[in-house]
Amino acid sequence: MSDHNYTPSSKFGKWFNDRLPLLSLANHLTDYPTPKNLNYWWTFGGILTFCLITQIVTGLVLAMHYIAHADMAFDSVEHIMRDVNYGWLIRYIHANGASMFFLAVYIHIFRSLFYGSYKAPREIIWIIGIIIYLLMMAAAFMGYVLPWGQMSFWGATVITNLFSAIPLVGEGIVTWLWGGYSVDNPTLTRFFTLHYLIPFLILGLVVLHIWALHVPGNNNPVGIDIQKPSKDTVPFHPYIVIKDGFALLMFMIVFAFFVFYTPNILGHADNYIEADPLVTPAHIVPEWYLLPFYAILRSVPDKLLGVVAMLSAIFILAALPWLDTSKIRSAVFRPLYRQFYWILVADVLILGYVGAMPAEGLYLLVARVATAYYFIHFLIILPVLGYKEKTLPVPLSITEPVLGGSPNLAGARIKSKKDLKI
Amino acid sequence: MRNSFKLLTFLLIYSFGINFSFSADKIEYLQTDWSFKGLFGKFDRSALQRGYQVYTEVCSSCHSMKYLSYRNLAEKGGPEFSEAQAKAIAASFDVTDGPNSDGDMFTRPGKLSDKFVMPYANVKAAQAANGGAYPPDMSVLVKARKGGVDYIYSLLQGYEDPPIGITLDDGVYYNKFMYGNKIKMSNPLSDGIVEYVDGTNATIEQMSKDVTTFLMWAAEPHLESRHKMGFKAILYLIILTILVYFSMKKIWSRIETKV
Repeated sequence: MSDHNYTPSSKFGKWFNDRLPLLSLANHLTDYPTPKNLNYWWTFGGILTFCLITQIVTGLVLAMHYIAHADMAFDSVEHIMRDVNYGWLIRYIHANGASMFFLAVYIHIFRSLFYGSYKAPREIIWIIGIIIYLLMMAAAFMGYVLPWGQMSFWGATVITNLFSAIPLVGEGIVTWLWGGYSVDNPTLTRFFTLHYLIPFLILGLVVLHIWALHVPGNNNPVGIDIQKPSKDTVPFHPYIVIKDGFALLMFMIVFAFFVFYTPNILGHADNYIEADPLVTPAHIVPEWYLLPFYAILRSVPDKLLGVVAMLSAIFILAALPWLDTSKIRSAVFRPLYRQFYWILVADVLILGYVGAMPAEGLYLLVARVATAYYFIHFLIILPVLGYKEKTLPVPLSITEPVLGGSPNLAGARIKSKKDLKI
Repeated sequence: MRNSFKLLTFLLIYSFGINFSFSADKIEYLQTDWSFKGLFGKFDRSALQRGYQVYTEVCSSCHSMKYLSYRNLAEKGGPEFSEAQAKAIAASFDVTDGPNSDGDMFTRPGKLSDKFVMPYANVKAAQAANGGAYPPDMSVLVKARKGGVDYIYSLLQGYEDPPIGITLDDGVYYNKFMYGNKIKMSNPLSDGIVEYVDGTNATIEQMSKDVTTFLMWAAEPHLESRHKMGFKAILYLIILTILVYFSMKKIWSRIETKV
């Protein structure tokens, strides 16, 4: 953490702080200098923290009433929905909370992609973020299995079966994961245990994520380092706290709408049918937030290569700080990258869309093209772009584009002013 | 701002695309006005009571509702039978209880705390009695079917003679709203099959609507309190958001940057 000259005013405070510097930490967090030009895309970090806490708190209450047993799981969920006081509310918040969590994390990730927040000196923050994202997917997948509906059961069967693609040991690994020769009670109980554990791992990683963030400080829409802390930054409290709070409330309105008025729209109807190992659903589809990766998986004809492609699609993100060779962070000053950025956004949305469709005919063709483009973007376009692109002049400090700037940077200013107010 | 517009355009095209492709092979369900839809949606009490009558007199001979208890019939937000009525309904069913102090199972009249009595002892028995097809439990049926209430409502009215060229096996019926058009449930409703206690004319359409309303309540017994709480919660959030917005403006006015 950055340096402090903070001394508590009270005698006890000083005594305590010398032994455990909690007050220094609190002081650091409130005074933490934050770029004053952060836009609303930067509020999703706080929103994500809220999502994590919400999931943990509602999850704890659900775990008090849920029974992790293949014969009783479905019944216990209905018990929660009907007989537990406000059980329906807790469960709908938890179920829709997962979707809201992913919505927020995708915005958070794409914000980072746009403004180059993953670049030096923030690579570690980025990599920790990717690990958190991976754990989120694992937690969400296992959580979806717990109600023991048809999609739970068959989703679990399909996804765990992917490991059988590993040569030699694949089958053994799948049996080991299942705790038997099919998805059954042992699978459910271990998924429940892991689903309970992972959020706390995420919480620990979030602390590291924020710690790593507080070393170099926030990136910002202009993507340049802080030049004059007194002019370029504001203290985290109250400026950023109130702004994050405002954005969080807007987010909560959307969240509440889903919970209270369309609580089942993001789920699949089949999951209200109790798991039946003898009846396979017509289409096995994962939750919406996993669809792009599902599309990548299915676009490769070979099972093993499909799994490799799907995992590479995630792990390639961890290498992003080194794949992107441009010295300029923010897309505001990278006219070409900006175009490719939006093509990538469209590409991922298309992947999500075809992931929900049957893997045949035109859908499969589109999935293959989109998958290929996804990798081309990261492996070819980004490295080449760093050398070829003619970037726009970057302002000398954050204060300049914000306040009007110096005359020698007119070009950059006009360009950036428009973009800064996204 | 420009990028936000781009994003919005993307999302609009995207969601249109999804709607379009989903509707490509989507069956047009029959439409009716459901009282429980919308921000203030509530169940029509008398429709729920009639729907319960259709369920007991028609559906319940094959379909169980294992997650409902007789006490639910008297609870707020449901059919709201009086407690005496619900007790009488429960008492009209024979419930197997036990073992008693002699170790024997015995039969007694139902109580409010009992779950709805099931028509068959188990799934196998249900299948055996229905030509191999298991009549699904109806407790969460409307949530377990794509199309929800509209689908159930349409299905009940969708029986017709099969088009020429389609032959049906024994015990299979033609329904234009069923996925694949072949259904193992014979047409359960016919005009006047139920004589409504409140004197409503029991047309197929009326019974379909009533029983579907009842099934919606069965699947979402707390729908009314959810809608009520949702309105209050969102109103509260909107007011708080406005207040926080002005606080934010005030705080940020200390420095020159705009938020």
